Amino acid sequence: MTTSFSSPDFQDTTTAGFAPNIDRREWISKVAEYVFLTGLLLGLFVLALLLFDILGDGLARFLTPGFMTETPSRFPNLGGIRPAIVSSLLLGLLVIVVAVPIGVGAALYLEEYAPQNWWTALIEINISNLAGVPSIVYGLLGLGVFNYLLGFGPALISGALTLALLSLPVIIVTAREAVRAVPDSLRHASLGLGVTKWQTIQHHVLPYAIPGILTGVIISVSRAIGDAACLIVVGAVSFLTFNPGLFQRFMALPIQIYTYITRPEPGFSNAAAATIIVLLLVILALNGTAIYIRQRFSNLI
Amino acid sequence: MTSTQFEHGFDPQERASLDKRLSEGLKEKLIEAALFACGFVSILTTFGIIAIIFRVTFEFFQQVSLAEFFLDTKWTPLFADRHFGVWPLINGTFLTTAIAMVVAVPLGLASAIYLAEYAKPKVAAVLRPAVELLAGVPTVVYGYFALLFITPLLRNFLPLEIFNALSAGLMMGIMITPTVGSISLDSIRAVPRSLREGSYALGLTKLETIVKVVLPAALSGIAASIILGISRAVGETMTVLIAAGQQPRLTLNPLESISTMTAYMAQISGGDSPRGSVNFKTLYAVGAVLFLITLALNIVSHWITNRLKEKYD
Repeated sequence: MTTSFSSPDFQDTTTAGFAPNIDRREWISKVAEYVFLTGLLLGLFVLALLLFDILGDGLARFLTPGFMTETPSRFPNLGGIRPAIVSSLLLGLLVIVVAVPIGVGAALYLEEYAPQNWWTALIEINISNLAGVPSIVYGLLGLGVFNYLLGFGPALISGALTLALLSLPVIIVTAREAVRAVPDSLRHASLGLGVTKWQTIQHHVLPYAIPGILTGVIISVSRAIGDAACLIVVGAVSFLTFNPGLFQRFMALPIQIYTYITRPEPGFSNAAAATIIVLLLVILALNGTAIYIRQRFSNLI
Repeated sequence: MTSTQFEHGFDPQERASLDKRLSEGLKEKLIEAALFACGFVSILTTFGIIAIIFRVTFEFFQQVSLAEFFLDTKWTPLFADRHFGVWPLINGTFLTTAIAMVVAVPLGLASAIYLAEYAKPKVAAVLRPAVELLAGVPTVVYGYFALLFITPLLRNFLPLEIFNALSAGLMMGIMITPTVGSISLDSIRAVPRSLREGSYALGLTKLETIVKVVLPAALSGIAASIILGISRAVGETMTVLIAAGQQPRLTLNPLESISTMTAYMAQISGGDSPRGSVNFKTLYAVGAVLFLITLALNIVSHWITNRLKEKYD
């Protein structure tokens, strides 16, 4: 080590062995800080570029009257994306209605009731593995169970239930964290007054956990709204001229975007970008709400 | 009070309260059972995935031999000259994944190191969610950007095909950066402060402390995050479907159009192969391979994370 310093600064100092070349090393360390920062900012730069590009491509089309309210057309500059918007809103709503009670219920079971045994361990391992299953594989599940086994066919309800199963692991994991964060003293105080376990959960644990649960729910719903792969497998259509019903063929905003991208005629890419603006606005609004809830209620306890 | 009120040996009031407690006990049991059922849904989901995928995959392998599936080098189930060799799809998947990780690992680690070691808490509180926004952008949007921005940009310097593995891989890398970054960040933060102080006390600079002390201590978490990132990339569909193309080729050239397992699955789902046909069953056979690969990666990642937890608790 000591043979390698070449800087003249240290040749006449007695402490050379203890501070070899310290200026140079500190300088490298400082440079590294900016290298790391650059790495971090690079991702954000690409994100900014992406938003800028999409606004440039799609803003004019997005501002066309009727883009949000009309049904699609064969011509890139006519018509709108209403069926896709309605589909996505219905899908999101159904995911909330189906996945939230089951997800919160599972979280409460695991945190408040579950004994520490192999059975609980199995459920936990299951959930963490399900969180890593690709969306398109959930599509196969939905196709098999909802389309064929239950006979719904390629209908909105099949897509919604598939998305609900896809969202469930995230909801369970975040709800568990929220429930775990409620201090035990609250439970003990309630139970000490002779109240039952469920009443304790209902009146004390849940109210404190709700902001955390809500944050997780919103984030998983915003993911579900942006997801397309499993809906393609379940059978979302690429062209819909009416607002879908629960048991009818359906679309979704990401599917509409994919359809527009794959059309060869010029002009459809602008329609795709305009649809992306709508989708990003929805997701931004959802994520913004989640961040607001987290900040607003973070120091409740 | 007269003695007739005590004919059953109970004070009626006490009896009512007993009944109430019994019914409440029953209610409690019912609620617990209902909550248990909610937890059970996850078991059912896993069971459903496995049962459905492997039943049809089994049927598929009665028509196409395992040897052809794993040894043939062509994947052309939709052509007249049919081949069912899955390697071109696996090859395409790992080509795009490898490119994605070349981007995601350095960017994710740089983000994690900066946020954990350099950024002031207030700056980190803004930058961390900003980076995580990358994971919130729908993947179909990344597909759009890869096809209509990255590819034309790169074509100024490289002889790229319109659909190519490179643009899709680069884009996926940006998308996966928060996955790698977020878990690495947690594991870097979990490194005890005393280790850093020890390092500084020996006269090491901040960078030397990070490289020689902090990163090795956080290595298992970083490894877990990278494996999870690989799993994400392997399972990602829309970006590769849009930007990488749908041509199963056994090539390592990132400039060419390829197809991945997921892109093929999306392609066959959108087509009109009748339900019982061999073509349709390829969807499940490829799905089974994809499921097994991602499952293995997730289990390894989970296993490493658990080892990390034991080490520091």
